[in-house]
Amino acid sequence: MTAQDVARVDAALPVPAARKGEEWWRIVWRNAFPFIVVGAIWEIIAHLGLFNPRLFPPLEDIAAAFIRLTLDGILPYHAFETILRLISGFLIAAVVGLAIGFAMGRWRLAEDMLLPPVAITAPIPGFAYAPLFLLWFGLGNFPTILLVAFVSMFPIIFNTWTGVKAVKEIWLRAAGAMGADNQQMFRHVILPGALPYILTGMRLGLAQAWRVLVGVEMLAAVSWGLGWLIFGAREFLNTDVMLAGVAVIGIIGLALEKLVFQNLENYTVVRWGMMK
Amino acid sequence: MTFSLSPDQFRSLWRGALSLCLIAALYETIARSGYFPTVLMPPIPVVASTFWTVMTDGTMIHHAASTLYRVLIGFGMAVVVGIPLGILMARYQRVENFVLPLASALMPIPSLAWVPVFILWFGLGNTVSILVVFYAATFPMLLNTWSGVRSVNPLWLRAAGAMGANENALFWKVIIPGASPFIITGVRQAFLRAWIAVVGAEALAASDWGLGWVIFDAKEFLNADLMLASLAVIGIIGFAFERLVFGTLERQTVLRWGMVKAAKG
Repeated sequence: MTAQDVARVDAALPVPAARKGEEWWRIVWRNAFPFIVVGAIWEIIAHLGLFNPRLFPPLEDIAAAFIRLTLDGILPYHAFETILRLISGFLIAAVVGLAIGFAMGRWRLAEDMLLPPVAITAPIPGFAYAPLFLLWFGLGNFPTILLVAFVSMFPIIFNTWTGVKAVKEIWLRAAGAMGADNQQMFRHVILPGALPYILTGMRLGLAQAWRVLVGVEMLAAVSWGLGWLIFGAREFLNTDVMLAGVAVIGIIGLALEKLVFQNLENYTVVRWGMMK
Repeated sequence: MTFSLSPDQFRSLWRGALSLCLIAALYETIARSGYFPTVLMPPIPVVASTFWTVMTDGTMIHHAASTLYRVLIGFGMAVVVGIPLGILMARYQRVENFVLPLASALMPIPSLAWVPVFILWFGLGNTVSILVVFYAATFPMLLNTWSGVRSVNPLWLRAAGAMGANENALFWKVIIPGASPFIITGVRQAFLRAWIAVVGAEALAASDWGLGWVIFDAKEFLNADLMLASLAVIGIIGFAFERLVFGTLERQTVLRWGMVKAAKG
């Protein structure tokens, strides 16, 4: 067992797999049952009137808020802005993180020089840098995207670095003996060899970016965004809007994990037989 | 273990120190060039003296103690809930069927997204931060315990059964040690998450003390020196927990039991 295997447990969302010989409706029921129980408990508490319905709205109100805001186009626009920030920040992080990670993996000088500053800045929670970024770069989109990039860069650096170092020496020597030049070595040996690690790094980086982005949107005074939506709704006690926003945040988080990275993984490392 | 360095290690160390000095010198040059106002980018000696002042007058200790209190309560709750629930999930199909879909649905929601909701429900203050920490730390704890117990080699279970171990012995002597590398990783990840969550939760929901709060409060008064000093304290505490507390825990348990090999230097 390696640290990578264990890290995967955290990165990959476990969704109960279908068991052999189980009909589809049983699978649906098995997965829906807990939500029905929790939903029923929620409804009972909400309708008992123990709490103010403004603060603890029944599910039908939350669903109504969700539908109303979606049809208005408000919720999709908030989500769109948030995703745009996430993607811009993450792309910067991927480019910079891969470059630094490869440099550290390939050259001893780069490793020696870059490791101490990276190791010192990485463990501090990304959110703690937020006020500094706001102070230095003002409010709005620029510091938000920069902070997202900064935070998601570290897992990408560490995993790329580990991945490049984990490429087997014998593959490099075999490719060298077969006359591969530097460029071919990189494209055909190092990159595929390091890719399982790199993808894990990107996955962890994106998850961190997502977590910090939602928080920073509450503080950076951006005009649109899901974090801002739920934080702003608090002022007006619109708990139904807040919970609808939280649900959208969960759906996007799940989609990022399931649709983006699992497909990417299936098309690359799984197909190449690097990983089962 | 000896502390004599090979020439190779010595070179790494020397280069690392050089790189940190270069970065510090660069920062100092920019800070003193007057290109940015000094309040926004204070020179290092100013940050160091602020750090010294807040450490000696006890305010930083108070902030750190408040944060640690919140993080340890929330994290402790996550451990107390996560480990038993994870074990139950791995041992009983019914529990897994019930908990896993819920966990998969809740896990992708960042803990900070709950802060506004919790503020409305519980008001500003400790409860919100503790709950957010609990939320953030529970899932890594739960899922790692679950996969750890599931990954216990069935051969060990059968061997222990054949040697006449009862349920109780099987649980304490085989399953728990077998799952321990995963559980300890879970504890580590949970603390890391908790530490990240507490800073954000305090920034949004605390109103008097706490490291997350002090950074954001310092922003209002343009105290960049206090901000950088608090960042350093956050980094030091996080590092101390990761290395000293969990490193020791790992050495005392899984390394000593031979469950995992120490990482190569």
